[in-house]
Amino acid sequence: MKYVTEYRDADKVGRVLDDIRATVTKPWVLMEICGGQTHAIVRHGIDQLLPSEIELVHGPGCPVCVTPLELIDKALAIASMPNVIFTSYGDMLRVPGSGQDLFSVRAQGADVRTVYSPLDAVKIAQQNPDKQVVFFAIGFETTAPANAMSVVQAKALGLTNYSILVSHVRVPPAMHAILGSPQNRVQGFLAAGHVCAVMGYWEYPPIAERYRVPIVVTGFEPLDIVLGIRDTVRLLEAGDVKVGNAYARAVTFEGNRPGQAVIDKVFASCDRKWRGVGMIPQSGWCLRPEFADFDAENRFQVAHIQPEESPLCIAGQILQGLKRPVDCPAFGTECTPEHPLGATMVSSEGACAAYYQYGRFADAVPEHAAGDPAAS
Amino acid sequence: MCLGVPGKIIEIYAAGGLRMGKVDFGGVVREACLEYVPEAEVGDYTVIHVGFAISLLSEEEALASLETINELIDLTNELGPEPGAP
Repeated sequence: MKYVTEYRDADKVGRVLDDIRATVTKPWVLMEICGGQTHAIVRHGIDQLLPSEIELVHGPGCPVCVTPLELIDKALAIASMPNVIFTSYGDMLRVPGSGQDLFSVRAQGADVRTVYSPLDAVKIAQQNPDKQVVFFAIGFETTAPANAMSVVQAKALGLTNYSILVSHVRVPPAMHAILGSPQNRVQGFLAAGHVCAVMGYWEYPPIAERYRVPIVVTGFEPLDIVLGIRDTVRLLEAGDVKVGNAYARAVTFEGNRPGQAVIDKVFASCDRKWRGVGMIPQSGWCLRPEFADFDAENRFQVAHIQPEESPLCIAGQILQGLKRPVDCPAFGTECTPEHPLGATMVSSEGACAAYYQYGRFADAVPEHAAGDPAAS
Repeated sequence: MCLGVPGKIIEIYAAGGLRMGKVDFGGVVREACLEYVPEAEVGDYTVIHVGFAISLLSEEEALASLETINELIDLTNELGPEPGAP
């Protein structure tokens, strides 16, 4: 398959790894933002192929993981109401709320359906005029144009039985939160390729300048990831804080302008809680007042819901790159994909799920990662 | 979640007031919304995320990036293997 096969070529990956080994002279801590990249890195063992000077820490770029618990609980409450068809991306169904998940609500008789695209949810609303159809609109910038278009389309079709439960989050405010933390160890970023396909990377030069960190837009195939790491290490070694693009076949500086225009039409910035992390100012998107009729939080009475998180789960620290899944005493014991305590064990992009799926238990801890964080 | 799958646009049409198309992912064909790639033509490669094309793939950029890796390979061939390498 064009644009896939050539980026999985082991020989090319090996050459770039050689180039990294020849470039690196001191320890560096890099964060990959996106959970999709975390999975590719662990799946292909890229972290274990890198020279020991380079440590990869996993970022918060798993929308399923950071969707706040109270919104999951609100989703569960809405899905349980009579006359409601609750639609969602499949990833959300097993994410634990305070008491249960969408799967168990469905098992109790609720009409919960997975959709591939939000336009499928709009179709369900057209086909079921006597039901309220709610779509769980989660995601980062990558997913926002699709979720926004579903609202535009529902409005154009005059649908009064379609609404969305919004939990949109944005990458740049999360980068500010990570880099501004006194506990921060991250010295360079692999920016999330598909977030940048939509948004471009014009928002990143001020972040790179302010915190003196290089940022390199990075793709998802093994070759893309090692190229992103190579470019970041080159910038770090040269003391350069530029923003680079190692995924230029899919990403331009400006990004997808038609997509950005529809996002801007439908959504406005708002404060957003991130599960396990807490509130990050202006880190989310909410529906603009002109689309308030499509807001499921307005349509259904769910404001009273108070969530309760498992006290054992350290997902918040993992999502900030402060701890790794194997640092959690519950990892692989009380917390497994079958019985998850936190969302990072469920999602296809969660760091805990990646470590569990690819057999990364405590014995695989690289030596340099176990040391004093202040030393790096 | 932010998974994007590259595919080739093989058909473009309007449906429900939206610009839609058929996209071939190495033999598997799916419908996708092409509203966000108004410049797309049949034969173009695109990244599809949750049923929407979010970016057109640039062959020029892809070749340029692969070329830089070929340069690494050529250099190694020219210099020979590292001393002590098997």
